[in-house]
Amino acid sequence: MSRTNTLTLKTALTSLKSGDLSHETLYSDLAVAIAAKNSALNIYLTLNDQMLSQAKLQASSTQLYGAPIAVKDNFCTKNLRTTAASKLLENFIPQYESTVTKKLKAAGGVISGKTNLDAWAHGSSTETSDYGRTLNPRNPGYLPGGSSGGSAAAVAADLCLASLGSETAGSVRQPASWCGVVGLKPTYGRVSRHGVIAMATSTDSPGPIAKTVEDACLVLNTIAGPDPTHDSTCNREPAPDFTSFLGQSLKGLKIGVIYHDLEGMEDTNARLIQQIETFKNLGASVELAKALDPHYAIGVYTVVQRAEVSSNLAKFDGIRFGHDRDTFGAEAKRRIMLGTFTLSKGYSDKYYELAQKVRTLFIEDFNKLFQKYDVLISATSPGFAKKIHSTDGQAMFGELEDMLVEASSVSGLPGINVPYFHDKNSGLYLGMNITAPMWREDLTIKVADAFEKNTPWNSWRTPNAS
Amino acid sequence: MSQTIISTKDTRHMAVLANIPISDQEAEKLAVEFVETLAVVDQLKTVDVSQVKPTHQVTGFTNIWRPDIADPSQSFTQSEALANTQATHEGYFLVPGVLTAKDT
Repeated sequence: MSRTNTLTLKTALTSLKSGDLSHETLYSDLAVAIAAKNSALNIYLTLNDQMLSQAKLQASSTQLYGAPIAVKDNFCTKNLRTTAASKLLENFIPQYESTVTKKLKAAGGVISGKTNLDAWAHGSSTETSDYGRTLNPRNPGYLPGGSSGGSAAAVAADLCLASLGSETAGSVRQPASWCGVVGLKPTYGRVSRHGVIAMATSTDSPGPIAKTVEDACLVLNTIAGPDPTHDSTCNREPAPDFTSFLGQSLKGLKIGVIYHDLEGMEDTNARLIQQIETFKNLGASVELAKALDPHYAIGVYTVVQRAEVSSNLAKFDGIRFGHDRDTFGAEAKRRIMLGTFTLSKGYSDKYYELAQKVRTLFIEDFNKLFQKYDVLISATSPGFAKKIHSTDGQAMFGELEDMLVEASSVSGLPGINVPYFHDKNSGLYLGMNITAPMWREDLTIKVADAFEKNTPWNSWRTPNAS
Repeated sequence: MSQTIISTKDTRHMAVLANIPISDQEAEKLAVEFVETLAVVDQLKTVDVSQVKPTHQVTGFTNIWRPDIADPSQSFTQSEALANTQATHEGYFLVPGVLTAKDT
């Protein structure tokens, strides 16, 4: 019999609820898997040694029943070390809980541990962690993507039932794409940022990474919604029940395919185009559409992100917590300094204001596209996961790998990654990004769920295909 | 389109503004990397934005308030506030001096 840590969250919850599965069995299987894989893949930076006892206390919860959820190590977790994968915070023990992890625990979730990321979430590879790179569980010669690479790898390796990541521009969806799992980036403001070690304040969005679309909805249900005390950018309207958008018909739905003609992405896009038939068979209409050149989004994102980084990381002075500023790694130094430069006198109009204006153009372009289409699809990443060492000497690695999701991120839109191709030789996946207007996660979920259930690409729904 | 030039002198100045200690070797390496990054950013200058307003936030929410009430459950005790510092003095954070005596 296969180990119970390989179950989907939904299946495990059903079994825990009925009593067919005990916490002892689940956590014993999980411990075996972690012991077998974690040190080689370098996924968890810190493990929660209380997870079984905490899970038992959650047996009467109504949502997550003590299920193990891995959490990216940039969410502050009270009394559990939180490093943002930086040496500067190697000894940091938060004295408060992020809103997201507080809600997760209140819903019966148990934090299995804190997962690796590019230090401070500055990257798209999890190769620039101050604690060493995480390897892709689908093929350890390759990177998991990032910055939420540890959380995506934890799901792919079955070292949790689901996980939490955070996305600024691609950091949930791109590692989900490279690891062959589901990653849901909610609308900016759908999920509270309180207690997330901030990267880019105007785009940071916590989101679930999971084995199936349904699992992602189950987790999102526990973390979404208002946070009136702590986060003024968080929507004060209650969040819907995201599972209610599962299992719906795509009849009459209009889908636009964007970024289908970009140079250097011919194979990725040819395989994406092959998937159009699935949507048509499900009753949707599909057209190739033209969006604003995503290369400009790289510039917008680079400026906005570094400017906000320089401001957010100014507080790390080594006095109240953490080490001195000379313990920042090379990437963090680069971003803080360039951000400071683009905000400095004489340059802020030239760079920062200009970037914010081009940002407006992207928002207007999406608004126009959404008058014609309900959702937009594209590849999430230009290709498969990259080999280890790919980031060496590449100052713009992340920006280029995240190019296809940067425009929607700076526009605040929700999106979801679902696998759409599996290469049997390498074991690696391609992922599709489904984007919808602000606050319309319902559309992304509906389309992603239908696609996942009607194709063989999800390795938990169709285990034999992988 | 002219390329933005960043010298090692510029890089050292940026490091001072950002309060980031860097070595001479780092200053040289960063200057090269910044030129590479700004070349990508400079592509934005080809876009016509003369009629466009900047977007600083995407939700459009305005005037988000909460009652200004002190809530002890949302606050740190003194020991919690000091829990992660490396140096304290009689229950306070110990900070580097910024003033020096005139006559020394």
